[in-house]
Amino acid sequence: MAALPPAFFTVGGSSFTQFLATQSPDVLPSFKIGAQGSLDAPHGTTIIAMTFTGGVLMAGDRRATLGNLIAQRDIDKVFPSDDFSCIGIAGSAGIAIEIVKLFQVELEHYEKIEGSALSLNGKANRLATLIRSNLGMAMQGLAVLPIFAGFEGGSGRLFSFDVTGGRYEEVGYHAVGSGSLFARGTLKKSYRSDFDRDEAILAALGALYDAAEEDSATGGLDLARRIFPGVSIVTSAGYERISDFETAQLAEQIIASRMSKPDGPIAPLV
Amino acid sequence: MSIPYYVGPEQLMKDRADYARKGIARGRSVIVLQYCDGILFAAENPSRALHKVSEMYDRIGFAAVGKYNEFEVLRVAGIRLADLRGYSYDRADVTGRGLANAYAQTLGTVFTNEPKPYEVELVVAEVGDSSDNDQIYRLTYDGSVADEHGFAAMGGQVDQISGELTQSWRVGMTLREAVQLASRLLGAAGGSLQEDSLEVAVLDRTRVATRKFSRINGSVLKSLLSE
Repeated sequence: MAALPPAFFTVGGSSFTQFLATQSPDVLPSFKIGAQGSLDAPHGTTIIAMTFTGGVLMAGDRRATLGNLIAQRDIDKVFPSDDFSCIGIAGSAGIAIEIVKLFQVELEHYEKIEGSALSLNGKANRLATLIRSNLGMAMQGLAVLPIFAGFEGGSGRLFSFDVTGGRYEEVGYHAVGSGSLFARGTLKKSYRSDFDRDEAILAALGALYDAAEEDSATGGLDLARRIFPGVSIVTSAGYERISDFETAQLAEQIIASRMSKPDGPIAPLV
Repeated sequence: MSIPYYVGPEQLMKDRADYARKGIARGRSVIVLQYCDGILFAAENPSRALHKVSEMYDRIGFAAVGKYNEFEVLRVAGIRLADLRGYSYDRADVTGRGLANAYAQTLGTVFTNEPKPYEVELVVAEVGDSSDNDQIYRLTYDGSVADEHGFAAMGGQVDQISGELTQSWRVGMTLREAVQLASRLLGAAGGSLQEDSLEVAVLDRTRVATRKFSRINGSVLKSLLSE
């Protein structure tokens, strides 16, 4: 290996993405491929997030679709972004996973260089920039839409984004992806801000169940293969992925209740 | 017409080396040593904000003595290299040896080509799955690399501290023993250093997280220092 080139010694940059743009732009996810028209690639679908007492939860179904086909039945769409935040991504799966990877390095890079972590708003703004830089790909049909959630100052917060990099803080709960309308409808009737951890997981599984019933691109609870939604929470103790064992147990409760009430619990009229 | 002085290459290199050595000898010392669960970094450093010890990557740490602005620029360059490699290839492809090589080339080039050499000494250490696989690389101002076994010391009182480390260090020390040894040697003249003038960090192979680096300070450090 030769001596490090001058770009490594530039002063003041603590953004990994900016460094990549000067030193190695070809590995950036938004690198111009120069393709014309639109193309089909696997898409990930429904992600939901909600705050609960003492934390924030994020859950996603496990299906990726390619047109009318199922591209993958056990894909993960919820990831830790650092110790106190997580990110879930709907949209073009390949680019989404690359953006998540870049975002994870971006946060770690900043923390190592500056000696302290970014604020939660700072993290959300960095993510907005990454999404905005993908606008060209989005216009070719390869959009990526994340939800970002984190724990700061004693409570959980969540943010949604649009393809132009717009960043919106959401209160209570939010969902993105093709099944999100149905999941949001369910959460609208079932969500309470004073959920404890287990209630939040149950509400999330119920909402994803409804989304899977109405949207063919959202995967349901797969009892035969034991594939259940990926659920993560962030609390004062940091990021935690709920074990498959625990998710399976709660998912079986949902399925048992749907056996007698296929549409799920009925909300009171007034 | 005045004829410029001829300075032979031996003399030139010797002058530069003397210059760098003097700069480094003015600074306080840093000790890096193996203990049973990994690698300990300890520096005499009253500042809580300006670090001499830092995280590079999952299993790799960095320590430096000398001029702050010079080793800070090297530290940042190392983090950039590690993150670039880990991102373009895989996290497993970032190695302490690779970083040490890049630093060696850079220090060597600066030593011969630039008007003045860097007045720094660095340690790049990587914790392995077992203590046999731990690596400690010590780099000097001219780009030489030493593959150290067990421990390395740099800075002002390096000869004295290295001598005592040879005597006192042994395989399989506990964290408490290692911290106390480091604080005693760093504080040699005025007794052991206390937690407010000691910067301590470890690469702990028993940590579950992929990032093995963690700082030890405050009450935890205080309790490690108490007998």
